[in-house]
Amino acid sequence: MGHGGGGRLTAELVAQVFMPALHNDVLDRLGDSAVVSVDGTRLALTTDAYVVTPLFFPGGDIGALAVHGTVNDLACAGAVPLYLTAAFVIEEGMPFDDLARIAASMADAARSAGVAVVAGDTKVVDRGRGDGVYITTAGVGVLRHGFDVGPDRARPGDVVVVSGPIGQHGVAVMSVREGLEFGTPIISDTAPVHGLVAALFEAGVEVHALRDPTRGGVAAVLNEIASASHVGVVIDEVTVPVAAEVRSACALLGLDPMQVANEGRLVAWVAGRDGERAVQVLRACTGGEQAVAIGHVVDEHPGMVVGRTAIGGTRIIDVPLGELLPRIC
Amino acid sequence: MKHLDEFNDPELARRLLDEIARVSTRPAVLMEVCGGQTHSIIRHGIDQLLPPGLELLHGPGCPVCVTPLETIDRALAIAALTDVMFCSFGDMLRVPGSTHDLLTVKSRGGDVRVVYSPLDAVRLAERHPERQVVFFAVGFETTAPANALAVEQARRLGLDNFSLLVSHVLVPPALEAILQAPTCRVQGFLAAGHVCAVMGVDQYRAVCDRNRVPIVITGFEPLDLLDGIRRAVVQLETGRAQVENAYTRVVRDEGNPVARALLARVFEVCDRTWRGIGLIPDSGWRLRPDFRAFDAEARFDVGRIHAVESPLCHSGEVLQGLIAPTGCPAFGRECTPRTPLGATMVSDEGTCAAYFTHRRVAVGGD
Repeated sequence: MGHGGGGRLTAELVAQVFMPALHNDVLDRLGDSAVVSVDGTRLALTTDAYVVTPLFFPGGDIGALAVHGTVNDLACAGAVPLYLTAAFVIEEGMPFDDLARIAASMADAARSAGVAVVAGDTKVVDRGRGDGVYITTAGVGVLRHGFDVGPDRARPGDVVVVSGPIGQHGVAVMSVREGLEFGTPIISDTAPVHGLVAALFEAGVEVHALRDPTRGGVAAVLNEIASASHVGVVIDEVTVPVAAEVRSACALLGLDPMQVANEGRLVAWVAGRDGERAVQVLRACTGGEQAVAIGHVVDEHPGMVVGRTAIGGTRIIDVPLGELLPRIC
Repeated sequence: MKHLDEFNDPELARRLLDEIARVSTRPAVLMEVCGGQTHSIIRHGIDQLLPPGLELLHGPGCPVCVTPLETIDRALAIAALTDVMFCSFGDMLRVPGSTHDLLTVKSRGGDVRVVYSPLDAVRLAERHPERQVVFFAVGFETTAPANALAVEQARRLGLDNFSLLVSHVLVPPALEAILQAPTCRVQGFLAAGHVCAVMGVDQYRAVCDRNRVPIVITGFEPLDLLDGIRRAVVQLETGRAQVENAYTRVVRDEGNPVARALLARVFEVCDRTWRGIGLIPDSGWRLRPDFRAFDAEARFDVGRIHAVESPLCHSGEVLQGLIAPTGCPAFGRECTPRTPLGATMVSDEGTCAAYFTHRRVAVGGD
């Protein structure tokens, strides 16, 4: 199961099993989206499977997630998301009303993200062979002219900006799945980020790389970009926004908020001189009100992310190995 | 939980660090006992900020690290039984047994579940009368009260499908064992605050008096740890050896009398083998005879367990503070969190894992 956690084991699975069989110039880049040219138009393509227990969680459900996740992957390639497809693997006995709720939630999410679901498929599997419903969405978008973002474009001097408090989705899902009750309910941050991305481009901010941190958390995307761009990243831990209730839950469970999943957050690597402006632009957007710069890109320690702790020490911020396992005490 | 920020205040940390540097006139070796403290020290880089010559050794207080291999192997055998639902805290799942771990049992179809409290396991036993629910009751004095409570509740509910696989360990005998070792370099302890919150401070007075060693009961946040270190250094510098409570917001002298009474009803002291360290007399708890009906070891006959530790693993020396993880030839090579040879590389509280995660290479300032 660790191979599905979005950490180091997931990367190994892809590298050892799928890349040797399927590799080609586009896939080899291993972006969240593929970028291809058709008659001079640059398109971004992506697909994602959604498996989440429970199907409904505070702040969202699998339907909204399946739309937002794919829209966000397209947006982070620098594309304007246009069309989605959706395939549903439904477990026998899944209540009709629940499916209807999920479909309605997908429709809402698509509308607010400005995309249309234009094709779909359904399959039913025997009872006991699925968790209610699995959803796979694919999406296509058009790349903006004149902008070139990619995981290998971060440069020393870049500022790393995050669009809001981190870790909420992972803790919200865990709190329901594991029956944990916290004094304040923790609401998932599931939301599309394409509006935030569009605002950055429209303001002329020099964006080098974009990621929506999902499984593996902010730590995973920081490490991904550091590796792909052969640069180091230094994070000032005091500046990383974490809601008090998420911090408490993580402390209780022995988790690092940097490694906990998000949906609806954006991490942007922008040219140093545009750092402050990027923060202001994001703060003016819905979903970006609490945007903040959390660190910068350096020449030193390429491929590695270093955190400066509140009291002045340093540590490595690493990718989680596999699934996050809460500790004993 | 506002205190998380309050006890991480950079200005107060700076003041404590200055004070530690001011009072330190000679080299000193302190040991923090608990894995949670080790994690916090490495996570926040506290050891990097101390004056040269003030050394922190990392102690044996990581519950998953010291659970004996034989017990892990027994857990794996029980968890693989078809009628068993095996419940455990999350971080036990990756701890290597002689040949595999609980996650492997789960992937082979075993019913292995992560729970957050032994009482959750009792609830599972109520809901699944057709299954034998076993809870893996490991840990120090801190986790024991909830396990004792679970057994009492299971008895009250008349559950005959609930049992505990018990491997509890006790801190004071381990401190004695560390001090008795001929290679011991420890001059003072930062004792584990949460353990003392349950058990109180009396047992530590005995260790302190017998060995003339300062013991400061210390919390887990950066400022807690810095204050604990400061107090231990001051004792050493002034030639004192006392038990000091630097964690008064949580620890009372008498501990938690309700929990202690509960523990006395359910558990009795026994000898215990500590993984990597060996047998320490009177260093564990097992269920009292009148709770034997809830003892998984008695309930499930899984034959003779023949435990084999990796010959490459030096976790025993790490757990006793004899070497740092980086002093083990397998560290970061044969042994990583992905392929742990010893339990210290698995848990977040394991010293090897803390070093691997946060301190894999030397990291400078800017």
